Amino acid sequence: MTSLWFLTAFILMLWIFLSILRLILGPTAPDRVVALDTVNTLVVALMIILAVAYNQIIYVDIAIVYALLSFVTTLYIAKYLEGGI
Amino acid sequence: MWTDYLIYIFLGIGLTFNGLGSIGLLRFPDVYTRLHAATKATTFGSIFTSLGVVTWAFTQLYLTGSYANLSLALHTIIAIAALILTNPVGAHAIARAAHRSGVLPKYAVVDRLEEVKK
Repeated sequence: MTSLWFLTAFILMLWIFLSILRLILGPTAPDRVVALDTVNTLVVALMIILAVAYNQIIYVDIAIVYALLSFVTTLYIAKYLEGGI
Repeated sequence: MWTDYLIYIFLGIGLTFNGLGSIGLLRFPDVYTRLHAATKATTFGSIFTSLGVVTWAFTQLYLTGSYANLSLALHTIIAIAALILTNPVGAHAIARAAHRSGVLPKYAVVDRLEEVKK
């Protein structure tokens, strides 16, 4: 069962690398923000999977805090792109 | 336990949809379609991989009776709730910011928001 969680984490890591490719290639600034938002969602999922893989429950709390902080960051960048700041 | 198969199904659905979201991010032509693919697909996929973790935690609670697993399940549910509540709002903010900063949809037939702004 442990190798199943590590396999899942590995595949999620591959999807994160695919999204980072868009972060590098993206022609406009909103494209890069979309890629960053996707990476944030995938990292939250990866943290929850790794909490089970390493059997450390405290990792899930870090995932919750990361989800909320990445939301604030996304809103901040969006407000900046809009010209509000 | 029979819940092992449920965990396989949940993780399979979650990884498939996360992958479709990432591939859609690479394949679609402009920022709005990329946002459409990436946000919906990865939110759905992350919910399902986390549901796999919740199922595993409740199975361990039933098998071993250790209450640390109940804590794991509840915290994972809180993380799912945070994802569900924050991800669509973030996507909405990005789309609005993209349109206001002048990025137009590539193959758009009509752009009613642009007409209203004039």
